[in-house]
Amino acid sequence: MLNAVIALGCLAGFFGIILGFAAIRFKVEGDPLVEQIDKLLPQTQCGQCGYPGCRPYATAIANNEAEINQCPPGGDTTIAELADLLDREIIPLNPENGEIKQKVLAVINEEDCIGCTLCIQACPVDAILGAAKQMHTVIEAECTGCELCLPPCPVDCIDLIPVAVTINNWKWPSPARQAAFVTEQAKKLQAGQIVEQSK
Amino acid sequence: MTELLLLLISTVLVNNFVLVKFLGLCPFMGVSRKLETAVGMALATTFVLTLSSVCSYMVNTWLLKPFELEYLRTISFIIVIAAVVQFTEMVVHKTSPLLYQVLGIFLPLITTNCAVLGVALLNVQQDFTFLESVVYGFGAAVGFSMVLILFAAMRERLLAADVPHAFRGSAIALVTAGLMSMAFMGFSGLVKG
Repeated sequence: MLNAVIALGCLAGFFGIILGFAAIRFKVEGDPLVEQIDKLLPQTQCGQCGYPGCRPYATAIANNEAEINQCPPGGDTTIAELADLLDREIIPLNPENGEIKQKVLAVINEEDCIGCTLCIQACPVDAILGAAKQMHTVIEAECTGCELCLPPCPVDCIDLIPVAVTINNWKWPSPARQAAFVTEQAKKLQAGQIVEQSK
Repeated sequence: MTELLLLLISTVLVNNFVLVKFLGLCPFMGVSRKLETAVGMALATTFVLTLSSVCSYMVNTWLLKPFELEYLRTISFIIVIAAVVQFTEMVVHKTSPLLYQVLGIFLPLITTNCAVLGVALLNVQQDFTFLESVVYGFGAAVGFSMVLILFAAMRERLLAADVPHAFRGSAIALVTAGLMSMAFMGFSGLVKG
């Protein structure tokens, strides 16, 4: 009887120690999946997905609390990339979260600006420069075009100017987008074949 | 050496754990919907099966036999298996978070995979030596992985096939599994004894 208790106790203790060391050795810092998802999001921090920013949205996706189609700035490309990462179906953008627009840039009409600093507080990426009762201006390179600075402006001096695609800012389309297009075509083809068979 | 090779082949093909001994059917049906998931599950189970086969052999020879505690065999093997699975879970979580999420509940459920306990108990029953139990555990794992991956590939194909409405889903999967099991009966003459 005592033998049995000691033997089992030793066994359990031994494995406990091994697992304890393994827990330290293989400790997971943060949630790697959230990091991966966050990297694919456009980082506009616009909040159109219903979450305060890109990282909270990434966390929600990782926890299966949010769908992958709630990011209008990312559009089809982001959805395709997320679907690829998470092994899910590609779904169209949820219209409740907004629509895919051309990328815009906020520009402050400097003659009308009264220097109230309200837009500075609203900007999620700190792209607006200025001080109280001084004229404000937008740092073009930082602006994500999230439109969050429009509502607080008391004098409506902020305009959104579409960013034209030029030689300097044109990029190759992401491979995920290409892949999404190909799978879409394949599905249509398959559906067509099934229809033919049933005839 | 020949004997070990024979043992390996007979465990993988002739006495396949899933299709001939009908052990470990739960993950066989549960994780075979997608090929990638099946491969991940196969790797995790291979790791657990081999390691737990070795560990349980050591526990049995060095702890249970000298102290005449053979009646505690099942519970101590379960402790061993649970520890090994926990360890595997940590490794998978660290190395492949996506696989960790995809496998989900089936990863901890390897603990209750009857193939794992089955290998450990059969090792003892057949009085295997250390090397033999390593080969037996590994063979069982390879057999399980092979069948799981083959089955997953077939199920992926079946999705595109024109299956009669009444047979769709689990029904056709079970029929396929039965046919595979019958096909594996063909191996029974391969190794004598």
